[in-house]
Amino acid sequence: MHFVLSEKKKEFLLGNEAIVRGALEAGVNVATTYPGTPSSEIGNTFAKIAKKAGIYFEYSVNEKVALETAAGAAFCGARSIVSMKHYGANVALDSLLPLVYFGSPFVLVVTDDPGCWSSVQTEQDSRWISRMGFIPTLEPADAQECKEFVVKAFEIAETYRIPVMIRMTTRVCHTRGVVTLGKIKKREGEWKFVKDYDWFLSSSSNTVRHHREVLEKIEKIREEVSEKDEFNVIEGGTGKMGIITSGACYSYVKEALRDLNINLPLLKIGMSYPLPEDKIAEFLSKVDEVLIVEEIEPIIEEEVRKIMATYGIQTRIHGKDLLPRCGEMSLDDVFGVLSKLLGREEEIPEKVSKRRTPTFCPGCPHRATFFAIKKALGEDKVFGGDIGCYLLGTYPPYREQDFVIAMGASVGVSHGIQRAMKQKPVIIIGDSTFFHAGMPGLLNLVFNKGDALMIVLDNRVTAMTGHQPHPGTGMTGMGEETKAVKIEDIAKAFCVDWVEVANAFNVKEVEEKVRELYSKKGVCVLVVKGECRLLTVRRLVREGRKIPKFEIVDQDKVRSCEDLKLLKCPAIRKKGEEYYIDQDLCWGCGVCAQICEGIKPKVVG
Amino acid sequence: MNILVVGYGGQGVITLAHVIGRAAFKEGFDVKQAELHGLSQRMGSLQCHVRIGKKVFSPMSRKKDVDVVIALELTEALRAEPYVSKEKTKLLANKKILKDDPLGEDLDERVVEEKLREIYKEVEIVDAERKIKEVGGNITMTNTFMLAYAVKKGYLPISKEKAWEALSEKIRPTFLEDNKKIFEKAFE
Repeated sequence: MHFVLSEKKKEFLLGNEAIVRGALEAGVNVATTYPGTPSSEIGNTFAKIAKKAGIYFEYSVNEKVALETAAGAAFCGARSIVSMKHYGANVALDSLLPLVYFGSPFVLVVTDDPGCWSSVQTEQDSRWISRMGFIPTLEPADAQECKEFVVKAFEIAETYRIPVMIRMTTRVCHTRGVVTLGKIKKREGEWKFVKDYDWFLSSSSNTVRHHREVLEKIEKIREEVSEKDEFNVIEGGTGKMGIITSGACYSYVKEALRDLNINLPLLKIGMSYPLPEDKIAEFLSKVDEVLIVEEIEPIIEEEVRKIMATYGIQTRIHGKDLLPRCGEMSLDDVFGVLSKLLGREEEIPEKVSKRRTPTFCPGCPHRATFFAIKKALGEDKVFGGDIGCYLLGTYPPYREQDFVIAMGASVGVSHGIQRAMKQKPVIIIGDSTFFHAGMPGLLNLVFNKGDALMIVLDNRVTAMTGHQPHPGTGMTGMGEETKAVKIEDIAKAFCVDWVEVANAFNVKEVEEKVRELYSKKGVCVLVVKGECRLLTVRRLVREGRKIPKFEIVDQDKVRSCEDLKLLKCPAIRKKGEEYYIDQDLCWGCGVCAQICEGIKPKVVG
Repeated sequence: MNILVVGYGGQGVITLAHVIGRAAFKEGFDVKQAELHGLSQRMGSLQCHVRIGKKVFSPMSRKKDVDVVIALELTEALRAEPYVSKEKTKLLANKKILKDDPLGEDLDERVVEEKLREIYKEVEIVDAERKIKEVGGNITMTNTFMLAYAVKKGYLPISKEKAWEALSEKIRPTFLEDNKKIFEKAFE
């Protein structure tokens, strides 16, 4: 049984798992997502337990569809939750904002990634979205609160008829802690969409009315929830310096105060939109100085300054003048600033070590493809990059992701580059990303008579976020069989000029097809298929079969082979002057043996 | 107690940190355990904090404030340096070295070991892979061996029973038997 279904009093849960547990305790009916780290384990966990828990779960094609699905279910009275990473919320934003006006009471989980542990686009603070869209927002500080806040989020959503956002950061998502469990609730019913022409009527006067009503709702939530002690809590303590903090930073503040052996007045913000203005004013008036500890942007800080102006309060404010706005906050940052403000002499070590460079797994189909592309096209082409494991192709020796911007952006940006510089660009995009946001770009290429080669790295799953199925996999998030949509069929239906398919583990074939397609004029799509090696290896192990291995039979041939250096498989290693294949790392794809005669399959005796 | 589990992506660092945390939870401690998901899992450096106590707030330790580092690879034990204090940090490390650049210059094991002895208070290096192979296991179970060995040598406030219980809840039933062999081997 999965830990989130535990019937014990307490469990040791990841923040993301606690979100799922909270949803189950709230009697959730529908859960949707598009995988994106640090939110991925929310969907992964739902996928594992949905059938058993009697709920509906899906991996949607992208976050916008996931959000719309959750909203539709909520319109019918079902309880629904949708989760996504911060950039996903941008994709969903177009539908999210009007859904606030229309009052669909679903719960939205958005996970920010300060320090960009698993993100490359921007260091976005999604609390701006709360303000832009008038979305009540809760910020849990640990796994226990993740669970509790989901339950409460459903209550607020249904009481005020408004979506509620739970904003997490990586450290909250990916920290395990002890969680006190409640009862899992089964909520059944006949859900129905009730027509209301007055409410759903799209007209400009109605929209203005909705706007006014949303503002009224937010004001009510401020008074009836935010100002109360449920989320925004003043914790005792004495002294003329106070602290306001939220989310993961709360745990750093508590730890630092304990280490410094001091108990200062503390306002813990659990609902960061709308903020409790009266409570903040009251807190400020009791201290001379306040330190605001929040992750990424100075959002609470700026609102505190506004509140001070409104109430005529004069308290000294510290926040982003002392604490980092870029990168992840750490316990050391908070400890350092607090000891400085308290006039304590504490040594704050500043050392960081250089991290190991991540690379494609041994046997990864993408490595073979990047190698073949380089052999076919050299280095002077423009390589439009996209989001997935294959952004590791940015690193040397591959250097075939000249830019990585956003899901599907490789296509449109490469098209623009071609229009400006008249050279055919190479678009390198993964299968899941193609389905998520690459398709409109491809259709646009056809429509506007573009000239580009799109290479789709089709490894059959959404690999980077943990092997979730997508429309090409043939399996739903509930584990049911479904149609497996072929990318080459989509390309043909889009009237792409040249469509080819190749086997990722056949280097010559990929190289030749890349060369051939690049020489054509017009829109070309090459779908390179090869299963994620992690899946292949896991399957072999599960079935009790041996993973094929390769070994070096001719040192000279290997030493003089420049292509092997371009392949840079982590299993091919050198000790002294001897080359060897690390038998523990080799996952037997055999690509090395295709490009160098000095390597042969290992005969297992 | 502050623990740091380090290694490179693919070695089972996250699983080991989780099992340590889960076992400590079973012992009745408050626990916070930080994981790291994403691209680092593709053979990058992984550092997972586990903090155990009566009441724990922060999932991450302060720099130079870790009590025990458990390293699945030796150079990762060097990379843990910012969290290491000469006054108190003990290291339990697997003997393996996997250099960052597979074709790059060799690292002399003795030099690495010497450096480790310079920065840590105590260093214990164990050849986990050799012992695993002695019982016919494969190195994907290095984490299981290191867990059991750390428990046996008293690096962790965890009993053998709770460690096994936590581990067996975490791994697939089909791999239980193989892991049990390795687990017991560490206690020999």
